[in-house]
Amino acid sequence: MATTVLIVDDSKLARIVAGKTLAALQPEWDRIEAGNAHDALEILRERKIDVAMIDFNMPDKDGLELAAELRAIHPTMPIAVITANIQDEVIARAREVNATFVSKPLTEDGLRGFISGAALRLRSDGA
Amino acid sequence: MNDDIALTDLEHDALTELVNIGVSRAASSLRKMIGEEVLLSVPSIELMAPHNAARLIGERETDELVAVQQQFEGAFSGRALLIFPEATSLDLVRAIIGSDVPFDQIADMEHEALAETGNIILNGCLATMANMLKRSLNISLPEVIRGDGARLFTLPHERPDEGLVLFLYINFSIRNRNIRGYIAMLMDLPSLAALKELIAGFIERVIGDEA
Repeated sequence: MATTVLIVDDSKLARIVAGKTLAALQPEWDRIEAGNAHDALEILRERKIDVAMIDFNMPDKDGLELAAELRAIHPTMPIAVITANIQDEVIARAREVNATFVSKPLTEDGLRGFISGAALRLRSDGA
Repeated sequence: MNDDIALTDLEHDALTELVNIGVSRAASSLRKMIGEEVLLSVPSIELMAPHNAARLIGERETDELVAVQQQFEGAFSGRALLIFPEATSLDLVRAIIGSDVPFDQIADMEHEALAETGNIILNGCLATMANMLKRSLNISLPEVIRGDGARLFTLPHERPDEGLVLFLYINFSIRNRNIRGYIAMLMDLPSLAALKELIAGFIERVIGDEA
């Protein structure tokens, strides 16, 4: 079954970069975008999402709050929180909700670990 | 508005993202100095007259302000400011040098500690932006200035009612401390035109033919 990745970032440019980086690593995976946490939750209610890539610094609800809500609904979904904010508290909060910390600006190398791990987990969940 | 400088939606978006990355990294450096989490807002970027920028900050802060200012020069030029309400500034210094230092010594070190903090934050932010735009900037030594918004956002040779500036604005606070402040960046129109071109190049590089 096709894998769908939800990309959440308030910056359109950042969403394009994330989509492009992801496509280079996993060209077969489908991508769907949301510009804020509210839209992301809406999409999650409507369709099957396998992987989430979430920006941290967004207006209203930040990426870590969204990741925590997502984690409550989907205990095993691979979630990445993407940010240039490498403060210990931010990294710790990402760990708390079992999300992978990926640094901005996003590169193929930076994203590779998370995507390989996600592919593995999806395969073992599906088996 | 002049078409040479008006940013397209995607350019505005890209500039916000560049600043966001720069400031997020700089906040991580400040966190190391203070030992408490630095909370940041999403940057807001607007083209406005200097006196409107001053009014904007005046609406939020009625007390005197202290700012660390650094000039930058290169492909685009301007001023970056790290701004605190005066009452907050000593708390910030105390957070950095430790609470066991006597009060009179803290006051003595205020100027130096502010300049150093400004240097780390503003340099970090500007350097990240310059790197991502693939241009180098010369950044002046930090200078501590005091006064209200009008004093901070206009220089003696600038007229407050003249021209437009790119006003870039982020507020931040520090968890568990009563410390808050702002980061602002001001650029004049020729710099803005140059910046617009660099941003277009940046977009081209990062997203290529998908624009």
